[in-house]
Amino acid sequence: MENLQLIIPELFISIMIMFLLIFGVFKKNSSQLVYNLTTVSLVAALALIINLDAQIQSSLFNNSYNIDSLARFMKILLILSGIFVMLSSSKYIQISKISKIEYPILILCSILGMMVMISSNDLIVFYMGLELQSLALYVLASFNRDNLLSTESGLKYFVLSALSSGLLLYGCSLIYGFSETTNFNQIMVNTKEIEYGLTFGIVFILVGLAFKISAVPFHMWAPDVYQGSPTSVTVFFALLPKIAALTVFIRFLYIPFYELGDQWQMIIIFLSIASMVFGAVAAIGQKNLKRLIAYSSISHMGYALAGLSTGTTQGVQNSIIYITIYLVMNLAFFSCLFMLKRNDEYYENIDDLSGLSKNHPLLSLSLLVVLFSLAGIPPLAGFFAKFYIFVAVINEKMYFLAIVGLLATVIAAFYYLRIIKIIYFDPEKEKFESKHNLGLKFTLVASTFFILAYFIYPSGIVDIISQININ
Amino acid sequence: MNFPILSSLILLPTIGALFIFFVRSSNSQYQSSKYVALFITLANFFLSLYLWIVFDKSIVDFQFVEEREWISGFVNYKVGVDGISILFILLTTFITPICVITVNATIKNRLKDFLIAILILETFMIGVFCSLDLVVFYLFFEAGLIPMFLIIGIWGGERRVYSAFKFFLYTLLGSVLMLVAIISIYWITGTTDVIKLYELGIDSKYQNLLWLAFFSSFAVKTPMWPVHTWLPDAHVEAPTAGSVLLAAILLKMAGYGFIRFSLGLFPDASLYFVPLVYTLSLIAIIYTSLVALMQEDMKKLIAYSSVAHMGFVTLGIFTMTQQGIEGSIFQMISHGLVSAALFLCVGVVYDRLHTRLINRYGGLVSIMPKYAIVFMVFTLGALGLPGTSGFIGEFLVLMGAFKKNILVATIASLGVILGAAYMLWLYKRIIFGKLINEDVKKMVDLKRFEIVTLWLLVLPIIFFGFYPEPLINSIEVSVANMIDMNDLDKINKLALGD
Repeated sequence: MENLQLIIPELFISIMIMFLLIFGVFKKNSSQLVYNLTTVSLVAALALIINLDAQIQSSLFNNSYNIDSLARFMKILLILSGIFVMLSSSKYIQISKISKIEYPILILCSILGMMVMISSNDLIVFYMGLELQSLALYVLASFNRDNLLSTESGLKYFVLSALSSGLLLYGCSLIYGFSETTNFNQIMVNTKEIEYGLTFGIVFILVGLAFKISAVPFHMWAPDVYQGSPTSVTVFFALLPKIAALTVFIRFLYIPFYELGDQWQMIIIFLSIASMVFGAVAAIGQKNLKRLIAYSSISHMGYALAGLSTGTTQGVQNSIIYITIYLVMNLAFFSCLFMLKRNDEYYENIDDLSGLSKNHPLLSLSLLVVLFSLAGIPPLAGFFAKFYIFVAVINEKMYFLAIVGLLATVIAAFYYLRIIKIIYFDPEKEKFESKHNLGLKFTLVASTFFILAYFIYPSGIVDIISQININ
Repeated sequence: MNFPILSSLILLPTIGALFIFFVRSSNSQYQSSKYVALFITLANFFLSLYLWIVFDKSIVDFQFVEEREWISGFVNYKVGVDGISILFILLTTFITPICVITVNATIKNRLKDFLIAILILETFMIGVFCSLDLVVFYLFFEAGLIPMFLIIGIWGGERRVYSAFKFFLYTLLGSVLMLVAIISIYWITGTTDVIKLYELGIDSKYQNLLWLAFFSSFAVKTPMWPVHTWLPDAHVEAPTAGSVLLAAILLKMAGYGFIRFSLGLFPDASLYFVPLVYTLSLIAIIYTSLVALMQEDMKKLIAYSSVAHMGFVTLGIFTMTQQGIEGSIFQMISHGLVSAALFLCVGVVYDRLHTRLINRYGGLVSIMPKYAIVFMVFTLGALGLPGTSGFIGEFLVLMGAFKKNILVATIASLGVILGAAYMLWLYKRIIFGKLINEDVKKMVDLKRFEIVTLWLLVLPIIFFGFYPEPLINSIEVSVANMIDMNDLDKINKLALGD
C-alpha cells in the first residue's frame, strides 16, 4: 500500500478543483467567492506541505513520484508565489472584467500540474504534469477573449508550446527506446554508454524544457505572451512555470543524464550565454513594461541556467537561490504595475511612468529598489543572487561564462536605469489612483522589504537551500 | 573597549536617513530635516575625530577590528582601520557636513530626498574605507553608485541624464571584472579576508590577471587617462554638493583601492605593471593639464585638473617608495580638500549668475573681495604652492619618482608648471580684469554660511601645508609596513630562486 499521506497536498488541491468547479456552477455570481476560496485552499495546501517532514526522502508509485527535500522546497516556493499572485491580482481581474469562476480554477489546475512536474521521477508522470499545467495556461493566456492581443497570445502560446511538447515527447520516446525504461533512476543505470539516439533524445528534451523556461533561442513566444495576456496572468507566467521548469531541468540533468554531463554541458552553457546576452540587448528598445520584463526574465533565466551548467551540487543550490530571489523581485515589480491605475484603466507603457516620483514617492521608491535589484547592484538582493551564481561558475573555472554574464549585467543595467530615469528625472504626468487593496499593498511591501533587507542576514535562505540534496 | 565604533560610523548616517524618511514633513519642515542631517553628519565627524585620537599610530596592525559572520562559511563582515584608512574616513566625515550646509543655496526641490541620498552615500563611503573583506568592500564600492546616480540625475544640470548614465555604466563596467577577480581569489586562497590574504599571499602566476581585473575597476574610478571621460561630464552636471563628494571622496576610493589591494595583494604584478601605470599617469598629468588650459567652463576645468592630480596620485603609489606612497595619500587628502573647496567656489558664483562660463565673469575682486581671498588660497593650494597642503603631496610624490626614474619625474614636474598655468589663468580671468557685465556688478559677496564652509576648508589646507606632521605620522607606520611586507616577499622568492 502506498503511503498516500505524502501526497496529501496534491490530493487536497485536486479535490478543491472539483469542489470549486461544482460550487461555482451551481451558485450564481460566485466568482469572487471562488477566487477567495482558491486563495484559502492554496494557504491550506501550503500548510500541508510545510507539515511534511523536511528530511523525508521517499518515492511513491513504483518510484515514479519523488517526495524529497528538493520537491518540498520548490512546492513551498510555488504555492507561496501562487498565494501572492492571487493576493496582488484580485482587484485587477475585477476591473478588467475577467473575474469568472474558471479563472481561479484554471490557476489551481496549472499549479497542480506544476506540483506533479516538480515531484516527477518518471518520463510519463513528468509529461502528464507538464500538459496539465500547459493546457491551463493556454486558456489563461487568452482569458481576456474580447481583447485581440490576448487572443493572439493564447493562440501563439498554444501553437509553439504544442510544438515544443511534441519535440519533448519525441525526446522521451528516444530515451525510452535506448534505455528501455521511463524511470529516471533506471535511465541513469541503463545509459552508461553514449549512443547517437540517446544524445538526440537529450537534445530534444532540453529543447522542450528550454522552451518552457523561455531560454534563447526558444524564447520567441515570451514577449508576445507576456504583453498580450492580462497582467494578472503575465505575473503568473513570470513566476510559477519558471519554478516548475527549473526543477524539472534539475531533475533531468542531475538524475537520468548526470553521467552524460559532457553531452549536455555545452548546450546549457550556450543556452545560458545566449539568454543572458540576448535578453539584455533586446530589452533596450522596448516601450511596454510587460514586454520589457519578458526580455528581462529571459535574461534572468540565463543566469539560473549558468548555475545549472556547472554540473555541481553547489551550482544547483545557487540556481535555486537565484530563482527564489528572482521570484521576489518580479513579484514586487508586478505589484507596482498593478498600482498604475487611473479611472479603472491600467497603464503599462514605460512612458506612463514619467515623473512618477513626484506624485507617488513611495511607489517610485519601491520601483527604484526593485529595478536596481534586477540590475544586480549591491547591496540589494539581486546582487547576491548573481553573486552566488558566479561563485559557483568561477569555482568550475568557467571564466568565459562568468565574464560574459557580468558584461551582460552592464548592458541590462542600461535599460533598468532608463526606467529609473523616466520615473525620477522626467517631467510628471497625471496622478494615478492611490487607493489599493490590502493584499496588493502587503505583497509590495513584503517583497520590497525582502529585497532591501536581504543583505542584513543573507545566510537564512542559503542555509535552508544547502539542506537540499539533489541525487 | 568593545563598543563597535566603526559599525556605528557606518550605520549612523543610514539611521539618520531613515529618520528623515519616516518623519513626514511638509515644506516648512524641510529646515528641520536639514538640521537632523547636519547633526548626524557632525556627530559622525566627531566620532571619527575621537577614533583618530584614540587610534594608536605606532602599531602596524589593523585596529578596532570587528568581525561577524555574514554569509555563512563564506564571507565575514569585517571592518577595521589602519593609519591609511582612518585619514580617508576623517576626510569623508569632514566633507559631508560641509555638503549638507551648502544644500540651502543649491538645492531648490526635493531637499529631503537629497539629504537622504547624501547620508546613504556617506554610509557607503565610510564602508569602503574600513572594510577588511573583499566582498564587503565590493558591496560598499558598488552601492555608492546608486545615490550618486540619483544625485546627478535628479538635481543635476541640463545634460544630467547623459552624465548620470555615463557615470553609472562606466563605473559598473569597470567593476564587474573586479567581482570576477574577487571570487577567483576566494577559490584560489579560500578566503576573502584582507588580513589573511596579506599573510597568505597570492601565487604570482595568478597575480597579473587579477591585478588587471582590479585595475580595470580602479582605473575607471580614479579616473586614469583613457577612461577619464565620464568625470568632466559628471562634474559639470552634478549639483555643487554632488561634485564636491565626487571629487573629494569617490575618486579617492580608487586611490585607496590601489594601495590597499593592488599593492597589498598583488605586489609582483604591481611591479610588473609599473611601466603601464607610469605611462598612463604621465599622459594624464600632461594631457589633461593641457585640456584643462583650454576649458571655458569652470567646473570642467577643475574636473580635468582633478584627473591630472589623480595622475600624480597613481604615479606616487606605483613608485612603491615610502615617500611616493605617503605623498600620494597626502595628495589625495589635500586634493579632497582643495577640489571640494574649488567646486564650492564655483557653486558660489554659479548661484548668483547661473553660468559657469569663465568669460562671463571678470573683475570680481572689486565687488567680492572676501570671495577673492578664499578663492586665491584654493587656487594656490591646487597648484601646489609651498605653504599649502598641495605642495607637500606633489613634492613627496616627485621625490619618490626621482628615486626610481628621473625621466618620469621630470615629465611629471612639467605637469606642476602646467597646473600653475591653468589655475592662475582661471583666477586671473575670473577675479581680475575689468568689470564689464552689468549683471556681474550686481553680485553680492559671500553670505555667512558660505564664509563658514569655505573658511572651514581654508584652515586645514594651510595648516597641513605648514605642519603635515599629524597626517604623515598616522600613515608612516602603515606605509612602511606595507613596503616591508612586499619587499620581504620578494627577497624570499629570490632566496628560493629557481
